[in-house]
Amino acid sequence: MSSVLYDTPGPRTRAKTIVASIVAAPLIALLAYLVIVQPLADRGQFDWKLWAPIFDTSDPNFPLVWDRWRDGWLRTLKAAVLSMVFSFVLGSLLGLVRRELRELRRRRFPDQPRPARTGLISSVLAGVGLSRGWVEVARGTPVYVTIVVVYTFLPRWGVDFDDRLWYLVIALTIYNSVVIAEIIRSGMENLPSGQREASLAIGLGSWQTSVLVLYPQALRIMLPALISQLVVVLKDTSLGGLTVSYEEALRTTQQMVEAFRGLNIANGIPMFVTLGVMYVAVNYVVSRLAHYLQGRMGSGRHRRKSDEPPVQMVEAGAGAAGA
Amino acid sequence: MEVYFDQFGVFWEGFLGTVQMCVLAAVGALAIGTLVAVLRVAPLPPVRGVGTAYVTVFRNIPLTVVMFVCAFVLPLLGSNADFLKIPGLTTLIRPLGTELPFFRFATIALTVYTAAFVCEALRSGINAVPVGQAEAARSLGMTFGQNLRHIVLPQAWKFAIVPLGSVIIAMIKNSALALSFGVLASMTGVFDRLISQAEGASYDSMAVLVGVVVGYLVLTIPLGLVLDAVERSQKKTVRR
Repeated sequence: MSSVLYDTPGPRTRAKTIVASIVAAPLIALLAYLVIVQPLADRGQFDWKLWAPIFDTSDPNFPLVWDRWRDGWLRTLKAAVLSMVFSFVLGSLLGLVRRELRELRRRRFPDQPRPARTGLISSVLAGVGLSRGWVEVARGTPVYVTIVVVYTFLPRWGVDFDDRLWYLVIALTIYNSVVIAEIIRSGMENLPSGQREASLAIGLGSWQTSVLVLYPQALRIMLPALISQLVVVLKDTSLGGLTVSYEEALRTTQQMVEAFRGLNIANGIPMFVTLGVMYVAVNYVVSRLAHYLQGRMGSGRHRRKSDEPPVQMVEAGAGAAGA
Repeated sequence: MEVYFDQFGVFWEGFLGTVQMCVLAAVGALAIGTLVAVLRVAPLPPVRGVGTAYVTVFRNIPLTVVMFVCAFVLPLLGSNADFLKIPGLTTLIRPLGTELPFFRFATIALTVYTAAFVCEALRSGINAVPVGQAEAARSLGMTFGQNLRHIVLPQAWKFAIVPLGSVIIAMIKNSALALSFGVLASMTGVFDRLISQAEGASYDSMAVLVGVVVGYLVLTIPLGLVLDAVERSQKKTVRR
């Protein structure tokens, strides 16, 4: 297939590519060996003693390690799913409210008496300002700091949780609900304007237009972006271990490394590399899902115009800790 | 309230540390990210594979894990990341030249992590250039280099600038993590120094936290607003 950078290759180019690939592959492998494998091997990092607790079923620590990892991952997933569900509900609401406020700002309320009119207009303006301010602050603060803020402030205001999970979930919800609200809002605003006009023409109010007509369509189009946000949330749960000692996958790994050090097994690298591989696997599945859905959405009724740039995935968080 | 006046030096130092780390990491990430993007669009499948592997790995693991691996692997390889002690730069950015390697480790982790996102932003920019543009250039007889320089890159840059900006904003926020790796010269380090570590801390943790949050907002919100403006003006010109 022809792309922006290259023409469709002919038989000669294809042959050249194959030859060059055959030459390049061993070179790359050699480079990887020299740069990564050899230095680690020189320092005994491939000693089976270090990897046995992870991969040798007969090792006494094997079941313990995987038990703890299972628990850790379950907590990670629990925090991620809860945060995502709350963020989705609150984010949708915030997105709809912000859209509604934007509509209301155009109205001058001519049917109201004069004092009520000024009151309504100024309260709409206040609402616009407040919601905008909330979005900017919640979005512009690192999630790491948000977690510390939630953890410091909530107990002081008399909200005390036994389970540290909730501090993490609340902080992640604050950040991600705002991000999701913006995703949904931009989805609604980028729909063809005929959708809104037709809906107003058949007599629906602006709130009904948003909820019944624009929101469902925006959701469909933005579904891949929403799922990618799940990857961000999954990655951000790892901050919970650092800030509020929530025992998710990363913190359990950290604790196990400490424990193994006590046993004179310095397996920090094997443990963290395995953890990294697990993160990649989980998130890869999630992003594949997003990709698959994007493909399906593309062939649906609301096909993107081909000259428009594709939906930008919101990459933030520690991803974002935002990345 | 008095904490802002009494300890202004601590706040300022933390803010400066964050800015310094971000500038370093941004420059590094743009360089590495561009390199990875070149690998990712290369015509040879094995080379492309290297780029794809890099992006897949660093996009899917949390920065926290990257930092842990950095903190474990680099000392093990006997490296204190001393190669970052670049002469003139250490006088300009003092934390870079200290004996303790944490600032350098955190900067390296932030750089390699952000580079993956930079690569994706650049690639999405290249892919957003209509294929017809490049095809027309090729049919005019332009070479690969001419095509890139005159046709593809000027347009790709325009499409990439907004995603790149979001990546940089995310990076500034990610730099907050550096504290967990012992970097006190960061905005989050301010909280640690004034509350967690201070003997008989006399300052209100709420006030200190608000200061920390403001420190980040001062960096992220204006950048976000500039980006919005750029996006809006682009939409106006791109609309056909």
